[in-house]
Amino acid sequence: MIKIAMYWGAGCGGCDVSLLGLHEKILDLLNEAEIVFWPCAMDFKYEDLEKMEDKSIDVAFYNGGIRTEENEEIAKLLRKKAKILVAYGSCATEGCVIGLANLYDKKDIFETVYLKNETTKNDEKIVPKEETDDLKLPEFLPYLKTLEQVVEVDASIPGCPPPMPVLEDALNALLQGKTKFGKEVALCDECPRKDTKPDKIEISRFYRWHEKEDNGDCFLAQNMICMGPATRAGCGGECISANIPCTGCMGPVPKVRNQGTSMLSAIASLIGEEIDEETEKEIINSIEDFAGTFYKFSTAKLLPEGRLKDES
Amino acid sequence: MARRIGVFICHCGINIAGVIDVEKVAEEMRKYPGVAFATTYQYMCSDPGQNLIREKIEEENLDAVVVAACSPSMHEETFRSVCKDYFSIYRCEMANIREQSSWVHDPEEATEKAIKLLKATVEKVRENEDFNPIMVPVERKCLVIGGGIAGIQAALDIADAGYKVILVEKEPSIGGRMAQLSETFPTLDCSQCILTPKMVMVSRHPNIKLLSYSEVIEISGFVGNFNVKILKNPRYVDEDKCTVCGDCEKVCPVIVPNEFEMKRAPRKAIFIPFPQAVPSTYTLDREACLGLAPLTCAECRDACEADAINYDMQAKVIEEKVGAIIVATGYDLYDKNKLVEYGYGDDDDIITSLEFERMLSASGPTGGKIIKPSTGEEPKKVVFIQCAGSRDVQHMPYCSSICCMYTAKHALLYKHNVHDGEAYIFYIDIRATGKGYEEFIARVMEEERINYIRGKVAKIFREGDKIVVYGIDTLTGKRVEIKADLVVLAMAIVGKKGTKDIAKLLKVAVDDGIFLKEAHPKLKPVEALSRGIYFAGCAQSPKDIPAVVAQASASASKVLSIISKDKLEKDPLIAVVDEEHCSGCGVCISVCPYEAMQRQPNGKAKCIEALCEGCGTCAASCPSGNIEMRNYKDEQIEKMIEVII
Repeated sequence: MIKIAMYWGAGCGGCDVSLLGLHEKILDLLNEAEIVFWPCAMDFKYEDLEKMEDKSIDVAFYNGGIRTEENEEIAKLLRKKAKILVAYGSCATEGCVIGLANLYDKKDIFETVYLKNETTKNDEKIVPKEETDDLKLPEFLPYLKTLEQVVEVDASIPGCPPPMPVLEDALNALLQGKTKFGKEVALCDECPRKDTKPDKIEISRFYRWHEKEDNGDCFLAQNMICMGPATRAGCGGECISANIPCTGCMGPVPKVRNQGTSMLSAIASLIGEEIDEETEKEIINSIEDFAGTFYKFSTAKLLPEGRLKDES
Repeated sequence: MARRIGVFICHCGINIAGVIDVEKVAEEMRKYPGVAFATTYQYMCSDPGQNLIREKIEEENLDAVVVAACSPSMHEETFRSVCKDYFSIYRCEMANIREQSSWVHDPEEATEKAIKLLKATVEKVRENEDFNPIMVPVERKCLVIGGGIAGIQAALDIADAGYKVILVEKEPSIGGRMAQLSETFPTLDCSQCILTPKMVMVSRHPNIKLLSYSEVIEISGFVGNFNVKILKNPRYVDEDKCTVCGDCEKVCPVIVPNEFEMKRAPRKAIFIPFPQAVPSTYTLDREACLGLAPLTCAECRDACEADAINYDMQAKVIEEKVGAIIVATGYDLYDKNKLVEYGYGDDDDIITSLEFERMLSASGPTGGKIIKPSTGEEPKKVVFIQCAGSRDVQHMPYCSSICCMYTAKHALLYKHNVHDGEAYIFYIDIRATGKGYEEFIARVMEEERINYIRGKVAKIFREGDKIVVYGIDTLTGKRVEIKADLVVLAMAIVGKKGTKDIAKLLKVAVDDGIFLKEAHPKLKPVEALSRGIYFAGCAQSPKDIPAVVAQASASASKVLSIISKDKLEKDPLIAVVDEEHCSGCGVCISVCPYEAMQRQPNGKAKCIEALCEGCGTCAASCPSGNIEMRNYKDEQIEKMIEVII
């Protein structure tokens, strides 16, 4: 029996659900593997984990980013106890959407979340504290870290959360002790709109999804930003099948480190040659949110040391 | 992988050694991993310098060479041909420590930078791979676009050398602007008299296929193998049957402005631009004709005894394969409506230089008589204004090159026509740089007593039957006011309307949207950046007839160097697609300026070797990092950057 573990760090919980999303296949998984630690699904305590022998877990999955002292502690503990430590999902791998918070400091985040948010009603201006008279909570770290920024990682399963085909493929490999898996091409390869690609894509302005009626063709050809060309394949184009351009949750293809810059240089090259500088600026300014468009999933991974501002 | 690299540092006299401590650089490089030998020499490009490299390759058993000297665009070929006898030319690289270091930095910085550049180049050459040139078959035929004097000269040169030429002209006749001119400076030869023999030669030459009234509509392919589509517009007159008797013209009821006469004279809907036109045939202008419907009007067809007129003639698309292309599309005058300060367009008596040429021409609308267009009288006072639209930041910033000379000619011919007339020329400077030009200007100034006024004209306006020209004589500082009968504007020269379109078809660059851009302003003045495409005449820049003819012959000889061979050698440093990992996103296909990236049936991109110029645009834009430039691999570039910073 292979021993597996799953931990939920700073994340939305979608990754835990995705493991359950295997449906009846999870039974096949349980034929081969024994779950020794999965706080979200079963009753395990940290002390159970601490008591295990080092390297006694065959494969440990860590989903979510590292935002608190607690996340960091468990990451280090799992590293110690597991033979193979896997970053499960986009948060653990690249920082994901919550990694965008690294563009702000802790103070900004607390103010926004607990005080300034339009939907927040907090007349007493209560902000969480780390310590009370009889309780000490784990510290909210100055910035979010990916798993790799804390401990050595053996493999990563991309996706937000990992799509079913990607997960199945990864589990098959990992249960056999293999740490290399997944497709090495970009999403266009398996895009359901692949055949609608024109010979030449030329961008004269950018449209957001709601600004233009989707004619069913390649989104990029329709001048809507689709991260597909810079994003690793494997999901089968789930979002595109639902008429939504790819936002890049699967991260870059293995040969590329910086997905956002890669896509930006591709897109910049597609802006029509004969467009004057002024119009070019207008076109570029029509992209609403650069970080949220091109670096939605990889900000934490790519920022130096995972953050924009230093801890000071 | 090179393991014994030799480093040769050139002093370039004092150009490099006067700033950079070359001995220190050599010493540093001797310590660098993989460098087996390093030395310096006065002039590495000299024969003894080249021999030094040869000697050391043999003595030191070198397997790669880095020369630190000037730009590779200067001497890469020199040093590579030295190395060719020992190993692949790609084991020879240059580090540019002159333009990029000694010329632009202080001694200390320059020395330090030279060392860094050398280390980076050593890293590059270490990982360079050996490649053989790509061999491309050649279609031994040439396309010449534009049948002015440039196109005619180029076509004749190539045809005389024994190769086929397709000459495409948009207008009904070849001849271009030169056919419109009266006399040519400085010899005062009759322009048509020296041009028409060449036009006849074109029409008779067995190697020239002339497609007049035609346009190039599509060009694909690459050097040695261009595919061209030419649209032959219907002229509704059979070129072979037409005897040019003129009966059709007599009966045609439609009168429209004559473009050949700069619209200063009428023509019929069926017309021949000028008597010596080639091909010698009438052309029916479908825009002007009453509708090509025999029921409305069939006067010309009924009058034609040769039965040459056919209203059902259709446009034809002709496909040709050629090995090289010469673009000689010529020039237009600057848009006269933009010169509002000179009142053009509002007044019949303010005319352009080309309109004046037609007036001077014996075959022109006035039969060579100079008139004041509003009244038909002989003008007694004429003002010529140079740089109308040229050398003017409001209009065209450049010098149109020929206006000083032709204005002098205009004034002289005017004086020969109207002996008691007075001629004034407003000028900024006189630029008479050609052979015999200065003498011509001197003659015009002294013998013909033309009044040259150095200064710009501020305003032109009509006062009764006179045109008042206000200006400043900058030599005396006085205001000048001349009440003239006729004003002639020496208009700026701009690339022919449509230059941009043809440039787009050919994928060649255009300077500021006006003139075709050559590959190098000094050393490749007739070549386009894309191989196999050459320029001749005013499409590239304003120039006079001898310069146009010389450039046309230069282009022709460049073309011959391509089409006289069966096969062409091509640089193998091209882009290579990792097809296994290509997702077929199409970004490279969209950005490739040479159409070298093509989609295969399986959706993946492929680089067509013969088309790729190795520019690297695709590699930079590939969002999957799947395109590699040969000998500019990512790892090489990363390593180079690493040792530099």
